[in-house]
Amino acid sequence: MADIIMSGLGGQGVLTAGKILINIAAAEGKNVSWTSTYGAAMRGGSASCNIVVSDEEIGSPYPSQYDILFAMSDEAYETYVGNMRDGGTVIINSSMVGEHDFPKNVNVYAVPATNEANEAGNSRAANLVMLGALIEATKLMDTQKFGAGLNAYFEKKGHNTPSNLVCYQKGVATVEKK
Amino acid sequence: MSADYVLMKGNEAIAEAALRAGCRFYAGYPITPQSEILEYMSSNMQKYGGTFIQGENEIASMSMIWGAAAAGARCMSSSSGPGFDLKQEEISYLSSYNLPCVLVDAMRYGLGDGEITAGQDSYWEAVRGGGHGDSRQLVYAPASVDECVQLTYQAFDKAEEYRNVVIILTDGAISQMIEKCTLPPAKEHDINKFDWTLTGKPLGVKKNKVYNLDHTIGFEAWEKLMRNKFKTMYENEQRWEEFQTDDAEIVLVAIGISSRVCKSAVRQARKEGFKLGLLRPITVWPFPRKAFEKMPKSVEAYVTVEMGMSSQMGEDVLLAMKHQKPFYSYLTTKYIPKAEDIVNFCKDIKAGKVQQTEVF
Repeated sequence: MADIIMSGLGGQGVLTAGKILINIAAAEGKNVSWTSTYGAAMRGGSASCNIVVSDEEIGSPYPSQYDILFAMSDEAYETYVGNMRDGGTVIINSSMVGEHDFPKNVNVYAVPATNEANEAGNSRAANLVMLGALIEATKLMDTQKFGAGLNAYFEKKGHNTPSNLVCYQKGVATVEKK
Repeated sequence: MSADYVLMKGNEAIAEAALRAGCRFYAGYPITPQSEILEYMSSNMQKYGGTFIQGENEIASMSMIWGAAAAGARCMSSSSGPGFDLKQEEISYLSSYNLPCVLVDAMRYGLGDGEITAGQDSYWEAVRGGGHGDSRQLVYAPASVDECVQLTYQAFDKAEEYRNVVIILTDGAISQMIEKCTLPPAKEHDINKFDWTLTGKPLGVKKNKVYNLDHTIGFEAWEKLMRNKFKTMYENEQRWEEFQTDDAEIVLVAIGISSRVCKSAVRQARKEGFKLGLLRPITVWPFPRKAFEKMPKSVEAYVTVEMGMSSQMGEDVLLAMKHQKPFYSYLTTKYIPKAEDIVNFCKDIKAGKVQQTEVF
């Protein structure tokens, strides 16, 4: 159903955003896979994860072309935008990704995720703003259901705060097509 | 997948499956990409009332496994790359007394320190290894997180059935990925159920010893027993999965992460009417030779897809198909293969543009 690459800088919560996404998609009955680059990752270095959400049995968990790019940093955008399928969706964190000549074969959506999260007083939740933008732009799942799933994910972890959902909803509300 | 799935990393799934199978002793030493097995055991073993030990190194950990196995416990260790090398001596010792245990090797790429990322070039070590002397290990190669669970759970039964070392051979990709899996029920193992274990005996009653079996039962008897055991395993334990092989012109042979990509390659090729198939060994020792006997007449060539620099599994494929078909290997060293590259490689084979792969 969707081959997704989520990428950004270490510390931006890219891998966690991926885990939230697969948790909620799995609960919706989808098959999911999550793979990440691992090793010498560090805060400020690059971090990314490949996600496959499918109704069918998943073959390769490492797609070489993507339907969705979730780019939290300029480097993430630059690295993966060339690997998009025609008609794919690119979500950029416009607080960090500058202006580009966006390719014609994809739909680009922007959300100032880092700024929105800072304004909400939850600076670590830029990833959740991005998730809101992704769900709103792609309609991969129902936006409300996803919000409930996101809450449940953090409840289960035992450290939820109301501003998590607020940040997600800001993403849903403020995402704009470029 | 049933509604009772959980999402886990391959490594965590292996550890949880082992605990549910009754594994109550784990000793190991950290090394990427298998460290989550050790971490998971350190956090969860206590819940099951078992013992977790991080040894001072791999050799010490594996020696502890020798002790636990001799006492009849369900026990496990795990490692990767250079760490797994250090377990070879003990595998030989465990084999010499026919002691059961489960070992996990999450393959990483390269020689020496190599890389910490996925590889499949420790295939030979797993299927031809076992330290010095003449032993065989039952080797499972899971290709999904769910299969990590099912094979690990079963591995303990098989280890005891044959009184043999069983290896779970994953790679850094299968070990590190998160997928859905279904967990089997937790069971308890009776450490006292065997007649061969080291247990206290009353005065005057002959005690069991952990000693090379040939010293105990005589060399001729021992030799026959071992050979028969390995033959029985070879006959009875071959397992594999076939995917779209019925009318395949080219059959891909791959394990672990490579087999997952091959599945995508087969689907891609079939969309274009190009008849690829996949034969995925689930056991790599014994290698599923029986599968090759049943391959359809349509098969024109076999292609292994391996993350290595030379074709290791190629040896097994050539033996299995008795050198009857052209053979090729698509080798990607430390890189995860790409489905379209595999399809293109096979198209080039059909077009006569690729030389057969030499196996040496």
